[in-house]
Amino acid sequence: MFKITENAISVDALHEQVLRDCHGAVVTFAGVVRDHSGETKTQFLEYEAYADMAEKKMAEIGAEVNEKWGIEQIAILHRIGRLEIGEISVLIAVASPHRAEAIHACHYAIDRLKEIVPIWKKEVGEDGAFWVEGPSKAAEKNRDDS
Amino acid sequence: MKVKLLFFASCRDIVGVKETDFELEASATLGDLKYSLRSTYPQLATREKTLSFAVNAEYADDSVKLSEGDEIALIPPVSGG
Repeated sequence: MFKITENAISVDALHEQVLRDCHGAVVTFAGVVRDHSGETKTQFLEYEAYADMAEKKMAEIGAEVNEKWGIEQIAILHRIGRLEIGEISVLIAVASPHRAEAIHACHYAIDRLKEIVPIWKKEVGEDGAFWVEGPSKAAEKNRDDS
Repeated sequence: MKVKLLFFASCRDIVGVKETDFELEASATLGDLKYSLRSTYPQLATREKTLSFAVNAEYADDSVKLSEGDEIALIPPVSGG
C-alpha cells in the first residue's frame, strides 16, 4: 500500500499489512513533527502533496527495494494537512525473512521519498509561515536526521 | 490545444491558483510551454531554475511532446518526510 492520507497515522498502522508467516523482521520508520527547525520554534506543519504522482512515486520506491533487496512487502503512508508537534507525518514498514534487508530497504525508502516524492511542508512558527523547499540545512548537515 | 497546469506549495502561493487551463500550439514541447510561462507568469522567473516539471504525473524534460488535455505540474524542490 502506498498512500497519501488526511487522517492521523498510528505507529502500528502498517505492521500487519506487511507481515507474512515467512518473515523474521519488520522494520518501521516514523517521521514525526519536531518542535523546532534550526533556531526557530515550530508551532505546527502543513503538508501538501500532488497526491496522484506521490502515490505513484512511492510505489516506484517499492519496486526499487524489490529490485535491490528482493523485498516483497513494503508499505508507505504519508499524511497531508495540518500536523501538530509529535504527530506522525510519514510511516514506512518493510518486512523480510531476515533483518538486514529490511533495515537497508527502510533506510533507502525514506531517503528516496525525500528526493523524488512530490510532497511539501510549510513550517508555521513564531516568525511566520514558509514553505520548506529541498533538504533543510539541518538535514544537509546530517543526512540521517529526519 | 489546451493543457492543464498544476501549481503546488510556493508556486501556488505566488500564482494564486491551484490549477488553470493553458492554451498552446499543437505539437508544442514542454520546453515550449516553459518559454510561454515566462511571459504569462513573470513572477515565477526567480523560481525557474529550482523547478522540476511533471507531465501526467511523471517527471519530464524539455523535449517531451505535449498533447491536448495533458496535466503539467510545476514541482518545487520536494520536502516530504
